[in-house]
Amino acid sequence: MGKTLAEKVWEDHVVRRNVGEPDLLYIDLHLIHEVTSPQAFDGLRLSGRKVRRPDLTLATEDHNVPTLDIDKPIADPVSRLQVDTLRKNCQEFGVRIHSLGDVEQGIVHVVGPQLGLTQPGMTIVCGDSHTSTHGAFGALAFGIGTSEVEHVLATQTLPLAKPKTMAINVEGSLKPGVTSKDIILAIIAKISTGGGQGYVLEYRGSAIRALSMEARMTICNMSIEAGARAGLIAPDQTTFDYIKGRPHAPTGTDWDAAVEYWKTLKSDDDAKFDKEIYLNADELSPFVTWGTNPGQGVPLNETVPNPESFDDPEERTAAQRALEYMGLDAGTPMKKIKVDTVFLGSCTNGRIEDLRAAAAIIRGNKVAENTRMMVVPGSARVRLQAESEGLDKIFLAAGAEWRSAGCSMCLGMNPDQLKPGERSASTSNRNFEGRQGKGGRTHLVSPLVAAATAIRGTLSSPADL
Amino acid sequence: MEKFISHTGTGIPLRRSNVDTDQIIPAVYLKRVTRSGFEDGLFAAWRNDPEFVLNKPEYAKASILVAGIDFGTGSSREHAVWALQNYGFKVVISSRFADIFRGNSLKGGLLTVILPQAEIEALWGAIEQDPEMPIAVDLEKKSVSYKDREISFDLDDYTRWRLMEGLDDIGLTMRNLDAVEDFEEKRAKFKPKTLPVLT
Ligand code: SF4
Repeated sequence: MGKTLAEKVWEDHVVRRNVGEPDLLYIDLHLIHEVTSPQAFDGLRLSGRKVRRPDLTLATEDHNVPTLDIDKPIADPVSRLQVDTLRKNCQEFGVRIHSLGDVEQGIVHVVGPQLGLTQPGMTIVCGDSHTSTHGAFGALAFGIGTSEVEHVLATQTLPLAKPKTMAINVEGSLKPGVTSKDIILAIIAKISTGGGQGYVLEYRGSAIRALSMEARMTICNMSIEAGARAGLIAPDQTTFDYIKGRPHAPTGTDWDAAVEYWKTLKSDDDAKFDKEIYLNADELSPFVTWGTNPGQGVPLNETVPNPESFDDPEERTAAQRALEYMGLDAGTPMKKIKVDTVFLGSCTNGRIEDLRAAAAIIRGNKVAENTRMMVVPGSARVRLQAESEGLDKIFLAAGAEWRSAGCSMCLGMNPDQLKPGERSASTSNRNFEGRQGKGGRTHLVSPLVAAATAIRGTLSSPADL
Repeated sequence: MEKFISHTGTGIPLRRSNVDTDQIIPAVYLKRVTRSGFEDGLFAAWRNDPEFVLNKPEYAKASILVAGIDFGTGSSREHAVWALQNYGFKVVISSRFADIFRGNSLKGGLLTVILPQAEIEALWGAIEQDPEMPIAVDLEKKSVSYKDREISFDLDDYTRWRLMEGLDDIGLTMRNLDAVEDFEEKRAKFKPKTLPVLT
């Protein structure tokens, strides 16, 4: 019987297999950041261990860093301590780090692909659940806890139980104004936030193959929001073209050998998935969340659902609670909902294509009165690229804020937070209670919807302009 | 991880049941960037009370915590284990532990021993009568003994072996470094490296 893509990558990394024990997997790339690494380094120090493969490890500062005045010391003492600790640890253990102010600094999941370090068929881990982003290249990539970070630092391996596989088939083609963000929001609404638990998701079908690499990253990024630790897409010519020429991409004969191997990385025709689901891309329209988990979403043209419409009693209570927290009434058209802040950024939608798409809509328009738009590039490189294309000017002329790179309002660990009761349209990935600031209310949207919403001040799609 | 073969120390009676990990170490103490120093957060909410057992001078040197039933329920934070260890505890004895806490403790080298509730009560009484009374916890014999009493306890062979060898998960993998090296030999040459820095 054939193998799925996930099984192929898994099998290629088994260092040791014993009956009754988890497999010991080799890790090709370990990404670290300031929040989940300090105890892991401290653990190494306490037991006199070294980082086994500093040359397969990369650190960036992203979660805590300010997006204004980045040349000044970080004001919040806790954030500053975490960042300083990361710098010291990297120096002591010989790990490459891209600090605030460095041209390669940025959100860890934007930086890896951008440097060409993310490649097909690799195992990639990071102490962050959105590591699934890198699956867009056909890599097996997932988030890990702090003890596991220490384990990888010390041994470059991880004992892991093999997950099940789920195929998500998306056939057809997207209508204009519909993006990969809408695909993944629709998938999560369909299978729910727990539907992917225990699985690695493989996104496939003609609609997925038609997407750019950055659009694929948006989808894989949110696999965790469906409960899956990892999601991946088979590499193809789009993938190879994206990688070619990047700083850490293979060159010469290495490139040829790599591509030859990468071409084998797809699920065999006779491979069996533990579960399969189907989605028709032609039927999709811009999607938006109304509740407090990413599975609580509807097409933007629809209304806030009535909790009574849910058959499952738990879903019904969850919906009631969510509407209360979100300050919404059932039956309100989504497009009537007024938004205070538009956040364009994060590892889901903070890449250059996202900024270009939003800027194309913003160009020549103004951000609505009483609405604020924050544009936070996913990395310093993305920021530079955008500036070289004049995108910053477009946003600034419309009255939006142009910031430096980091996670920013995606999780509000730095000063970029919503105030209690404030409502955002956000291109990030989590609309949990308080995620973007205590009492803040989040609607997850695509960059196109974010831009149109900024102009109209209410949740909108570009077609409404 | 230190090897644990046997430990002899004095005990401290924590006559409370259902002590959850938020009580063991409240969330505000989790911001630290080290794995050490969590002792000041241990049972923080109770430490202001001079009557709390940890504040009593006669128990200052205790290294064996004898707790009520259902110790370590609640959040999965590994910090709860670190806090107990940082404070100086080597063993926690209770009649029932929460699963995740027990898993974390045995992984991290803090021995959690399960004894019947009647034995816990007896032990509490004995400690309170004589706080200096030595208690011996022996992994080889799988027993707890004090005065002339010896009580045996259960622990699966694999965990016991790991503790006696002083092997945490990392230590165990370190034993397989040959396999890791063999694997590295065969890794494709085109796989990327983060060093040296390329632009
Ligand atoms: S942008 Fe948001 S989701 Fe992505 S790594 Fe940062 S905090 Fe996590």
